Amino acid sequence: MNLDSLMLMRDEWFLTAVIMLLLIAEVLLSAKNKKYIIQLALILFGAYTISAFLPNDTGALFGSSYKTYPLVHYFKAILAFGVFIILLQSVNWLKEKLLPYDFTAEFFILIFSSLLGLNFMMSAGDFLMFYIGLELSTMPIIALTAFEFWNHRSVEAGVKYILLASISSAILLFGVSLVYATAGSINFDVIKNALQLPLLEIIGLIMIFIGIGFKISLVPFHFWAADVYEGAPTVISNYLSVISKGGAVYVLMTLLFVTFTAFQKEWNWIMYGTAILTMVVGNLFALRQQNMKRFLAFSSIAQAGFILLAMLSNNELGVKAIIYFLLIYIFSNVAAFGVVHVISLKTGKENIDDYNGLYRTNPKLSLVLMIALFSLAGIPPVAGFFAKFFLYAAAASKGYYVLIFIAVLNVTVSLYYYLLPVRAAFLRVSDHPIPFFKSDNYSRLAFIITMIGLLVLGLYSGVFEFISGISNIF
Amino acid sequence: MIEGVSLFEIMSLTTILFFIGIYGFLTRTNLIAMLMSLELMVNAEAINFVAINKYLSPAVLQGQVFSLFIIALAAAETALALAIILHLYRLTTTIDVKEVEELKY
Repeated sequence: MNLDSLMLMRDEWFLTAVIMLLLIAEVLLSAKNKKYIIQLALILFGAYTISAFLPNDTGALFGSSYKTYPLVHYFKAILAFGVFIILLQSVNWLKEKLLPYDFTAEFFILIFSSLLGLNFMMSAGDFLMFYIGLELSTMPIIALTAFEFWNHRSVEAGVKYILLASISSAILLFGVSLVYATAGSINFDVIKNALQLPLLEIIGLIMIFIGIGFKISLVPFHFWAADVYEGAPTVISNYLSVISKGGAVYVLMTLLFVTFTAFQKEWNWIMYGTAILTMVVGNLFALRQQNMKRFLAFSSIAQAGFILLAMLSNNELGVKAIIYFLLIYIFSNVAAFGVVHVISLKTGKENIDDYNGLYRTNPKLSLVLMIALFSLAGIPPVAGFFAKFFLYAAAASKGYYVLIFIAVLNVTVSLYYYLLPVRAAFLRVSDHPIPFFKSDNYSRLAFIITMIGLLVLGLYSGVFEFISGISNIF
Repeated sequence: MIEGVSLFEIMSLTTILFFIGIYGFLTRTNLIAMLMSLELMVNAEAINFVAINKYLSPAVLQGQVFSLFIIALAAAETALALAIILHLYRLTTTIDVKEVEELKY
């Protein structure tokens, strides 16, 4: 192994280096200098994010158990960018809640470890690396879910999450063992050529799908999502709904499109049913939510259902549509969660009714909320519309018109509930509106980045063309 | 490889173990008992990997290495779960799932 082949794993090395430097800084800094760890972590992670956008070679390492190619490399960069925005939003929470307990360094180390796990999971070339990455991405985030340890809800969310995550990863592992028994190897390339379609292999695939579907919160496996999102600190709900879901969607895509592509007839029906269930259940439950975090949880479940539309296509258009959708979804959901986070930190209010009259007191914040929710709903001038359009196009390329019709019906339903907070903020008046407050500079920067992202991605087609250029993963 | 024992018998055993684990997870209300059921499931998979490796593809040791990692990660998972459960116990003085519940529809 020489330096060139080591640099293929550049993303993972640099992220590990960031984690190690933070560990050392945590030990060396004296108690009164601990607050500088936030700036240090932001600078180090910002440098990592910039380095992640630089081009990298294609290649495989460790007997092809680690693979990298342009699409996965740039998707890692997108996820790192999303994490960076979330970190900017989390600064005020860290300063207010965690600095008195001296837990800031742990927060950064855990969230970076989780991102490292996602990176390994996405470029895995065999099931061993995939499983280790999955666990490494889940476990730190469970610890962070229970991080507000004085808060009963946060700890309860942590218990719920770890029990359900463990059982889902146990089911996934049993599926992997069945596939290993029939294909004789855990390497994706070998499995791809060794598939002979016995019943055992299909059962294995279904069990693997359950394990990943849990992470994406697809419908029969979504019961954890609302409770965990509500109980966890808002920053972590944000991470869960955007970054960890995005990574899991990418892995599901590569598994289905590349490794299990021979089973397409079988998994198409699973995807078809799950897509309909996920969209309908996610939308119907979102209608009756009062708490903003629960509301966004069910909305993100419904969005996962839309992603499955493109999963059905199994062609290059589907890959493009999924990556582009995830990119825009990161921006819109991070912005929406950011508004909820800022308001809940300042006033402790999380219900939709509390947002009544928000536009009169905090006009900029309510504009951000409106653009983010419009993008999630898919209203034209904002980027979300094009993202949904490409998903439909991908499903239409294989002729699933009935499914698209159901999806469009669901979008109509979703318009209603996405407009509820907007109506509360702009049209309703309240005797006790949320008082005016100034956000700190970090969260303001985060809002500006997300807004620029949403408007630019909606109007400028260069990004989609760039994604099209690298999305041939077959 | 064990003389006189076929792979079918071993995998039947592990499948039964796995579903006992799922049954225990779904029916128990004590958090520690649920963790024990989880261990049962994970151990069933570790046996599965070793047995499949030994009987079907003994040339490459992929399955045995996999089972080592399964054991290590299961231990990490249990440690984290126990830490969170212990903390929940300090907050609520109970570890029964029906009594700690606060987040629901």
